[in-house]
Amino acid sequence: MLLPYSWLKEYVNVTLPAEELKDVLFSCGFEVEELTYLGKDVEGVYTGKIVKCEKHPDADRLTVCEVDCGKQGKKQIVTAATNVFEGAVVPVALDGATVKHEGGVQKIKTGKLRGVVSEGMFCSGEELGINDDFYEGAEINGILILDGNTPLGYDARIEVGLDDWIFDIAVTANRPDCQSIYGLAREVAAATGMHLMPLSVSYESEPTSVRIPVEVKEPKLCPVYRGSYVKGVRIGKSPQWLRRRLALMGLRSVNNVVDITNYVLLEVGQPMHAFDRKFLHGDKIVVRCAEEGEKIVTLDEKEFTLHPENLLICDGERPVALAGVMGGLNSEIKPNTKEVFLEAASFARDSVRKTSRALGQRSDSSARFEKGVDPLFTPKVGMARALTLMQVLGCGTPTEYLTEVCSVPKAEKVIHTSYAAIDKLLGIHVPKEEVNGILGRLGFLIDDLGEDFSADVPPWREDVDGYPDLAEEVIRMYGYDHITPTFLENATVTHGGRTPAQEQERKTKRTLEKEGFFEACNYSFYSLKDLDLLRLPEDAPERRAIRILNPISEDLSLMRTLLLPSMLQNVVRNVRRGNYEGRLFELANVYLCEELPLKALPEERKHLVLGLWGEGDFFDLKGAVEALAAAFDIRLTFEKGERPYLHPGVTAVVRMGEKEAGVLGELHPAIAGELALEKKTYLCELDYALLRKRFAKDITYHELPRFESVQRDLAVVVDEAVTCAALEERILRACKAVKKVELFDVYRGKQLGTDKKSMAFRLTFSPDEKVEKPLSPEAVDGFFNRIVGDLKHNLGAELR
Amino acid sequence: MEDLDLLQEAASEAEAAKDSRTLYEVKMKFLGRTGKVTGLLKSMKELAAEARPAFGKRVNALREALEEKFAALEEKLKRKELEEKLAGEQIDVTLPGRRAKEGALHPVTRVKDKLIDLFSGMGFEVFEGPEIENEYYNFTALNTPADHPARDMQDTFYLTEEFLLRTQTSAGQIRVMEQKKPPIKILSPGRVFRSDDDATHSPMFHQMEGLVVDKGITLCDLQGMLDEFAKKMFSETSKTRLRPSYFPFTEPSVEVDVSCAACGGKGCSLCKGTGWIEVLGAGMVNRRVLENCSVDPDVYSGFAFGMGIERIAMLKYGLGNIKLLTENDTRFLEQFKD
Repeated sequence: MLLPYSWLKEYVNVTLPAEELKDVLFSCGFEVEELTYLGKDVEGVYTGKIVKCEKHPDADRLTVCEVDCGKQGKKQIVTAATNVFEGAVVPVALDGATVKHEGGVQKIKTGKLRGVVSEGMFCSGEELGINDDFYEGAEINGILILDGNTPLGYDARIEVGLDDWIFDIAVTANRPDCQSIYGLAREVAAATGMHLMPLSVSYESEPTSVRIPVEVKEPKLCPVYRGSYVKGVRIGKSPQWLRRRLALMGLRSVNNVVDITNYVLLEVGQPMHAFDRKFLHGDKIVVRCAEEGEKIVTLDEKEFTLHPENLLICDGERPVALAGVMGGLNSEIKPNTKEVFLEAASFARDSVRKTSRALGQRSDSSARFEKGVDPLFTPKVGMARALTLMQVLGCGTPTEYLTEVCSVPKAEKVIHTSYAAIDKLLGIHVPKEEVNGILGRLGFLIDDLGEDFSADVPPWREDVDGYPDLAEEVIRMYGYDHITPTFLENATVTHGGRTPAQEQERKTKRTLEKEGFFEACNYSFYSLKDLDLLRLPEDAPERRAIRILNPISEDLSLMRTLLLPSMLQNVVRNVRRGNYEGRLFELANVYLCEELPLKALPEERKHLVLGLWGEGDFFDLKGAVEALAAAFDIRLTFEKGERPYLHPGVTAVVRMGEKEAGVLGELHPAIAGELALEKKTYLCELDYALLRKRFAKDITYHELPRFESVQRDLAVVVDEAVTCAALEERILRACKAVKKVELFDVYRGKQLGTDKKSMAFRLTFSPDEKVEKPLSPEAVDGFFNRIVGDLKHNLGAELR
Repeated sequence: MEDLDLLQEAASEAEAAKDSRTLYEVKMKFLGRTGKVTGLLKSMKELAAEARPAFGKRVNALREALEEKFAALEEKLKRKELEEKLAGEQIDVTLPGRRAKEGALHPVTRVKDKLIDLFSGMGFEVFEGPEIENEYYNFTALNTPADHPARDMQDTFYLTEEFLLRTQTSAGQIRVMEQKKPPIKILSPGRVFRSDDDATHSPMFHQMEGLVVDKGITLCDLQGMLDEFAKKMFSETSKTRLRPSYFPFTEPSVEVDVSCAACGGKGCSLCKGTGWIEVLGAGMVNRRVLENCSVDPDVYSGFAFGMGIERIAMLKYGLGNIKLLTENDTRFLEQFKD
């Protein structure tokens, strides 16, 4: 909301420097996002009277002027302008001055023009940054000619209305009443303790026989509709002061009637609309919803095809306005309008918002209604103010015909509470005189009952409905600096901390950090393209993803059912940026649902995704997964598997017991090629929620063995098809004394024969604790031979 | 004197040996099983019985002398050889060291962990609510009914008419209060979503919500706790400032600024000359919210605060663009190693 300082001063006699007023506004809840001095680009420009004009001796198109600049002295100015004359008072930019120039700022210096000294420059309206609405004549082609009675030698900014400040204020959503100059003035008055001038709302009305009855068919969407008939309308120009105020707020003047409606919107926050009564067929107003396919052409000559959720203002036959958004072209104010029907209504914010958004048609009115206009106070004061201005500006005669349709109860809201309740919530004592004074200045009627009090809530404060609201009003005006920090003096001692699941997540991340992985963080959404890239078949469950109805873009439209596509994007982005190798992981939710569209909250399931590229191989990634398994004491097995997006020969399904817990493998070379990934990329996605079920709660200590263990190396030659896992399993099964099997070498060579490989394991034997004696070499030999025999029998392995 | 000659001969040959292998060969030549000294001993049986003891004594003395000699030479050669070997094992100590690959936690995780540590020390439990919520928990129960202007404050991603991506971790407040009766002190971190996308806004970001409900909780307590937070999170000299604001679920509502740690409150480019940085929103829990959760607002009061974790991370590490936090560029992430 913009607030010109000069306008504010009409209602509150504040004299604070603008910067200080900004702090006052800030401390009571109105942040000034921008504070602009209107004349900031115009410096060193003074009023001066041309006392003599002579032709330049050496240039036909130049004039040499002698200018009386009062206190600034007599100056000689050479100008090319043709509208200057002796006796004219003009703005003169003297040596060192700045003026606006082509969107920037131009510095003026004394110089010579064709040999004649010029001590500055005369300014046009454009060079001062003003138009006709600011100062009559500012738009003429040439120098701005000021009023002949203007005192000389003064800062020209004061004369042309540039000596002013504009506060751009952020108004919170609970305070639609402050979307107006008068609403903000009330706050300034309350905060500074100054008197708030009442709005001038007195006018004389003449009798009339005209009746324009109003019928509201949708009272929910239009709780209040006030209408008034104005006769004897004379369309013309608005006075300078009004045009300037509109200009300060960024509006252009149209004509006196339209300007008044705009002015009232700015001043008191009531959107108004003026209809030319002549074009209101049947002399009646009907507020109803549009019929499907009904059409309207608005003031800006745009045609809209409507739907039943669009609220319309109609006359006896047809739509004449899109309620709260914009008037219709058919009943607009024209230069020859003689009678006006004024509307001041309250429309449901949601209804206006939906219509405005659906049709893509916005206006100051719709913006205001979307923030909320209270039904009781603002339409009433808005109408009275508009009629007053009609009369004061002599552009029409208010009549006694004033109609109102109101479907909301007019009961006043009263809050009964105590001064102690306010203190208790704030934690400090606020003297009751302060409480009464602050609330009184904000428009509350206070009945001081000693310890208790009651407060009549002003009708424009729909946001206030309990004593905590009053406490807020008090403290924001009394000052938050009165709050003295305490540390939960009265609260019960509680024990805090993470849940076991959160501790586990932390450990998971720490474990992967130790394995050289950086933690990634991706959006929770992706697109169908990401799933297509993975070549997932049409019926893949991962494609049953929840869709966002209003996504930012198609790329961010589906809730993730897999984390892997995001990881793949991360890899691609890194490689493109020259990070040719790296390791990343992300621990985040995927969103799984039984059916679409959603009927119940979906399952949010934690997944863990790992990516490794440009270095290492399958086994480095597998090692990280094993490290995680080791950290939580879970047993994972890896089986050859298949996924459409992974290399068919380098893919493992990860299992925990019987259950599938994820997949691990090399990105399919075809996809890698498509993504221009030259080096191999390895990916793993795990169902973390499943793994977590078996996570060891804590570290389990195992008693140290009493007798030392014995290690033996075993190398066997087997067929290529025999897996490491198969050998390990057989070894462990063949001999209970084997506590650990570690592969340390795989060898292939001609002497072994084709399709053969040698695999070397280090076996660790430990004696059974119950036996209570160390292992003898003979016993170990026995174990070893048993294992060799078992491997030969079951897997055709030969000792090497 | 045959034995003296032998001693001389052995000594000169031993001293001539350049390495321990040659020395060993010399030693074997004299003291080995077929060596010359051993030969002398063997020849003893050819002597007359009475001459044998004296002869034996002499030869043994000779052998001992030689053994001593060889031992000394061996020691000397070994030392020399070790020195030579080590001299050949020079390394360039300025070559780079070899380190285990080391990853890093995401800065958002780092900040989140720090916040959790900080507040769990003050007695807060951590609670995580769902990221997909329904209208009731995200809005209605938080005193934001359908037509409320505050719904415009946050552009919401909808999944259906009823289900949406939560716009605030405050949604979790209600779930906690439904399950748990006061005293309540919870902290609720997590992902939140808003339809917003620029240098300081991301459609997905993280919030941390704190909620205290107990008897006699005041606005002074809120500021006391936030002062503690600012000191631990930013600097020992940090202060907080409350100023009026608006959230539907708190009343009074405040915006909380922390004194600028970069300039100490004097005003700099980071704080845009104000000396203060906006860090979080807070307030006293709205009575209606308590009522919605069947907590008697005449008995209990409370405060809530919520902060954007990305925002704290950006302030703490001086990040200019929120996008850095979701690009996952390893050059960025590796700067957050422990």
